[in-house]
Amino acid sequence: MNNREIIARRVAQEFKDGDFVNLGIGIPTLSTAYIPDGVNVTLHSENGHYNFGPLTCEEDKDPDSINASGELCVVRNGGVFFDSTVSFGIIRGGYLDKTVLGALQVDQEGNLANWKIPGRVVPGIGGGMDLVVGAKKVIIAMEHTAKGDKKILKKCTIPLTATGEVDMIITEKAVFERENGGLVLKETYPGVTVEEIRELTEADFTVDENLKTMNI
Amino acid sequence: MAKIISIKEAMDMIQDGMSIMIAGFLAVGTPEILVDALVEKNTKNHTLIAISTAYPNKGSGKLVVNKQIKKAIVSHIGTNPEAGRQYINNEMEIEFVPQGTLVERIRCGGFGMGGFLTPTGVGTEIEEGKQRISVDGKDYLLEKHLRADIAFIRAHKADKNGNLTYRKAARNSNMVMATAADITFVVADEIVEVGDLDQDEIMTPGIFVDYLVQG
Repeated sequence: MNNREIIARRVAQEFKDGDFVNLGIGIPTLSTAYIPDGVNVTLHSENGHYNFGPLTCEEDKDPDSINASGELCVVRNGGVFFDSTVSFGIIRGGYLDKTVLGALQVDQEGNLANWKIPGRVVPGIGGGMDLVVGAKKVIIAMEHTAKGDKKILKKCTIPLTATGEVDMIITEKAVFERENGGLVLKETYPGVTVEEIRELTEADFTVDENLKTMNI
Repeated sequence: MAKIISIKEAMDMIQDGMSIMIAGFLAVGTPEILVDALVEKNTKNHTLIAISTAYPNKGSGKLVVNKQIKKAIVSHIGTNPEAGRQYINNEMEIEFVPQGTLVERIRCGGFGMGGFLTPTGVGTEIEEGKQRISVDGKDYLLEKHLRADIAFIRAHKADKNGNLTYRKAARNSNMVMATAADITFVVADEIVEVGDLDQDEIMTPGIFVDYLVQG
């Protein structure tokens, strides 16, 4: 199993029946493939609808029906289209149970950086800043390190997306949650030791007394 | 209320330097025939207000590729490499705005409000130069209203009074941008008689619409 699949499978366990969620592109969207049977999750797309899914047949193709990544999609029965101000009202208003996004850096204060690397072409902000401020729970799904560079830091070093908003970090090696303002190691991947996690993590964290092994 | 005009008549009203709202999300909901006509007219130094710079060959991105945009107020340029190139080479100024903030600033511009308070961007670069205001113990940024000289809107159906409906995800920024420009141009998939639209179904009242442009 590759890192992306490990992370996506673990993210999928966070979804509860009835959740409204907004997922970033990449690993967060991949997680929908692993949602357990019986758990119904409604996906919100910031361009203006919820309850969408992939095309199921040729007749589904409609150029006016895309998701926020620009892919053609189907908004299923029970779903609804709305304009951009309503879409972001839903986001900022706290109506989304979860958002899952990737990050370049996260730190022990719950700060997150995922939009800008100084000196490089900036793709932009899109809806990311609104999502992490508005959603009830912010889950960061990312590889633990980037080409050997640590990503879970004491303090982010690149421009922030938001301050103090991260609730949970899921990597291929560990699961952290933020409790009482600090990071707590909740789970490790089978065979990975706490010492290894410390070597790969700059941030300070405590180890949960009921530390578990990731079950994926 | 709304007057039906040709594309040429619409283009005759557009001059160099005007600010332009172009509705659409990744070009879905963008009236391409107006963008194409403006590329042909080749006016310069426009300020573009849009959710993104779309694609090099689709939506608002075509104006970027044709070097007609001096400044873009957008949330995203990642799907248009030419926008990134012009930005890095200082050929085009970009004001990055979080998408929810962008559309709400436009709503303020359309609806007579000076701005609004949002928690989005507090403690980030977005805060630079803005007032932080605390309300009931929570911090917000004051984000100011945004209007444009003209707006390009794509509707599904328009009646001859300018009442509009939209279809599926093509609604996106169309509804709000239709309210916030001095001159609003609409291209509809279909123009129908007054009375043909169910009054409960109308999404944009015709009072906001100046011209229906026939392609």
